[in-house]
Amino acid sequence: MFFILAYVVLLACCGMCLYRVGRGPTAPDRAMAIDILGVVVVCFTALLALKTGEAFYMDIGIAWAILSFIGTIALAKHLEGRGFDE
Amino acid sequence: MNSVMGMICVAIGLVFNVLGCIGMIRLPDMYNRLQASTKCVTMGTSMVLIGVMIASGFAHSAQLSVRCIICMAFILIAAPTAAHALAHGAYSFGVRLWEKSIVNRYEEDFPQKAPKQEHE
Repeated sequence: MFFILAYVVLLACCGMCLYRVGRGPTAPDRAMAIDILGVVVVCFTALLALKTGEAFYMDIGIAWAILSFIGTIALAKHLEGRGFDE
Repeated sequence: MNSVMGMICVAIGLVFNVLGCIGMIRLPDMYNRLQASTKCVTMGTSMVLIGVMIASGFAHSAQLSVRCIICMAFILIAAPTAAHALAHGAYSFGVRLWEKSIVNRYEEDFPQKAPKQEHE
């Protein structure tokens, strides 16, 4: 029961992030919403790992966090109009 | 006992996550939204990971606990860094502040970095 409630709450968070992705008036708004969505998904994978007892779900979470971080940095540098090495 | 304490920590973290996402929906401009959502969601997810660590039992499933610690350390370092880079990028891109914002220290300190064009 607790897990069902937690999944619903996290799905609501993901829905709010996707609302901001779709609605966001500027491009940085959308990039920010994607970044927050990545962190919320890490939360999701942690709860799945706890429910099922399988530790490899956390591996998915770590990989998702790293990819989200790299993507956000790349988008920020692109918005700033600079390359990766500046 | 472990399970109940872990569930309480998870619930606190979820409340923080929801409040951060509501702030991301409701606040008026990009910088307000950025600070609300980044801080709340980062610390809320850390709390959820701590709760998962407690609820799974540290000794019985050391694999999960170690992965939770690694993930938490990475998120605590990476999410504020990404938000900082994103705020710089948004300012250079030309996102305007909310019209009721009263101070812009970045513009006072670095007037040469003002955006060339402004986006609504």
